[in-house]
Amino acid sequence: MKETYTPLRFKENALRFIQDEKRRANLNRAIHHTLSKRIEVVSELPDWEILRQRAHDIRKEAIENIWHYIEIFEKKATENGIKVIYASDAIEARNQVLEIAKRINAKLCVKSKSMVSEEIGLREFLEENGIETVETDLGEFIVQLAGEKPSHITAPAMHKSRDEIGKLFAEKLGVEFTSIPEELTRIARGFLRDKFLNADIGISGANFLVAETGSIVIVENEGNAGLSTTLPKIHIAIAGIEKVIPRLSDLTVFFKVLGRSATAQRFTSYVSLINSPRGQKPDSPEEIYLILLDNGRTHLLKSEKLKEALYCIKCGACMLACPVYQTVGGHSYGWVYPGPIGSILASAQLGLEKATPLPFASSLCGKCHEICPVKIEIHHILVWLRHQAVEHKRTSRTEKLIFKLWLFAMKDAKIYKAGAKLLRFLKKIGIKPSLKAWSRTREFPQIAEKSFREIWEKELKN
Amino acid sequence: MKVALFIPCYIDQFFPDVGGATVKILKKFDLKIDYPLEQTCCGQPAFNSGYWSEAKVLAEKFLKIFRNYDYIVSPSASCTSMVRVFYPEILKDENTKEITAKFFELTEFLTKILRVESTEAEFNHSVAYHDSCHALRELGIKDSPRVLLRNVKKIKLLEIEDGDRCCGFGGTFAVKFPEISTEMAKSKVDNIIKTGAEFVTSTDSSCLMHIGGYMSKNGVKVKTIHIAQILANF
Ligand code: SF4
Repeated sequence: MKETYTPLRFKENALRFIQDEKRRANLNRAIHHTLSKRIEVVSELPDWEILRQRAHDIRKEAIENIWHYIEIFEKKATENGIKVIYASDAIEARNQVLEIAKRINAKLCVKSKSMVSEEIGLREFLEENGIETVETDLGEFIVQLAGEKPSHITAPAMHKSRDEIGKLFAEKLGVEFTSIPEELTRIARGFLRDKFLNADIGISGANFLVAETGSIVIVENEGNAGLSTTLPKIHIAIAGIEKVIPRLSDLTVFFKVLGRSATAQRFTSYVSLINSPRGQKPDSPEEIYLILLDNGRTHLLKSEKLKEALYCIKCGACMLACPVYQTVGGHSYGWVYPGPIGSILASAQLGLEKATPLPFASSLCGKCHEICPVKIEIHHILVWLRHQAVEHKRTSRTEKLIFKLWLFAMKDAKIYKAGAKLLRFLKKIGIKPSLKAWSRTREFPQIAEKSFREIWEKELKN
Repeated sequence: MKVALFIPCYIDQFFPDVGGATVKILKKFDLKIDYPLEQTCCGQPAFNSGYWSEAKVLAEKFLKIFRNYDYIVSPSASCTSMVRVFYPEILKDENTKEITAKFFELTEFLTKILRVESTEAEFNHSVAYHDSCHALRELGIKDSPRVLLRNVKKIKLLEIEDGDRCCGFGGTFAVKFPEISTEMAKSKVDNIIKTGAEFVTSTDSSCLMHIGGYMSKNGVKVKTIHIAQILANF
């Protein structure tokens, strides 16, 4: 999987997925289930559009004043006893974690769900350094066992059927085969219980960082994040700098839109507001670290156009709703954040040269924007990225030439007319220019006997 | 009222009858319409592919041609969205919006500007309506075509399941990623077949060209027809 897991291989990955009917059926069943439930829980809120706008406005306020709010957050969190560390890139962030782990001679880490840790390849890195690292979110646990990558940001194992998971558990954990979801959960829980109790470090992500109070906020459904962040002596949270929000009361808006958008739930089952290490509270870890990760985010901040992508609260709705994602699956994108928003983040964080196919892999239908709870104009940003790709010569010379010729013809109605005349002449003598990429699966229409403008001039004008 | 007609380049060359139908409808409402002959393409193919400086040349040309009309009407939501939504993005000229705001897709022009809900057409067939993404999500056109179609005599208007899902055209997307685009067309066509309709119609010939192209290649008998051609059937 490793060699193909890059945006540059998008097209061939997509083709492979399209041909894998079973996988596609699994994925689409899961998507259909979530999306139809989502319609139900969204329609209960008559003020949904107002909420979306509010969520958008708060995220905008946060991102427009990001350094201001981070400063407040850092001050508050530090006062509360949380150690805040900056990491400018993946290497720095990984090393920070390793350093802490080495200091206490850690052998075992439990990890709750965190896309940022996927982004920096943390689990693999810790394992390479001899520290066993176990995913405790059920979906992440499944993909870890399978040696795969998550295919969606909130439902990492959504590409897998129950049967596949049952077989995987039987093979890797030595248990009897079952495909009953409750049983599978029970097996995973049994396996993880020991890990929780013996872990030296708990690693988590963060959904929000509240500037006003210095709180780390985590929402989840399985209770594993709660355990990962309380049982081990040390808790390390890793969050992108964009996670900051101004006020505690802002959470009321985000809780309403996030659960509904991510998993079609009215509310996620658990919310942890982590404020301070032990001392103040007996059930907290002895030490809490928060690693604030940049990893290309300031690059997005510098661009008026890309900035908006940082409003993202990583709910994953735009992926589920995207007809391209539905057709090619999450792995095809070759990057931790798949789907439409992922295509923007990949282009900005990896650089266009490493992600060029992605902004083009969209029909620009706008479904992503329509469903996004923070109203990011994802499809418009994708077109802008295409423009950047052209400016930076990331498109083929042939294509460039085609558009030059096209412009030459379209610039002047006389040349345009002459071009159309030529096409009609070719048709007459039996030559029909064809475009294989189109014609293999779709007929191309015939050029009409007479163009509209001819009809207009001869018949309609008066 | 000075009304100009914009007929997108591919309609001009491939589907001229759509232009003819549009003229017929507008004339019914006693409008004097003009069709400036210098027009060609709105520039959308270049814009969507990232060639913004090429698109800009055409956008400027477009505004020059249509500057002095009260309204510009086009039987294409896609081109309308290019002009109304994206021109202001690539042309920084302050006056751009003044002109682009006068550009309307045919069905929204009929219902919102002329306040007409029926063209008194008759069409004795079952018809499934396909929402083009640009109509639905860039311009918010959802009711206008439905109201007009519902008032066509003898028509049986049908809705497509998952109707707001893209047909997979997406301009150059259809040739850059033909397999993905075709799969999307397939899902769309499956749902069109399920309606049992004889015809599928839309505000956009581009979607219809894609859907129709897939259908004829695969022996599906449903026919495509632009909404103007139904509404002009009087
Ligand atoms: S872009 Fe919007 S819809 Fe997509 S993951 Fe982010 S918040 Fe959710």
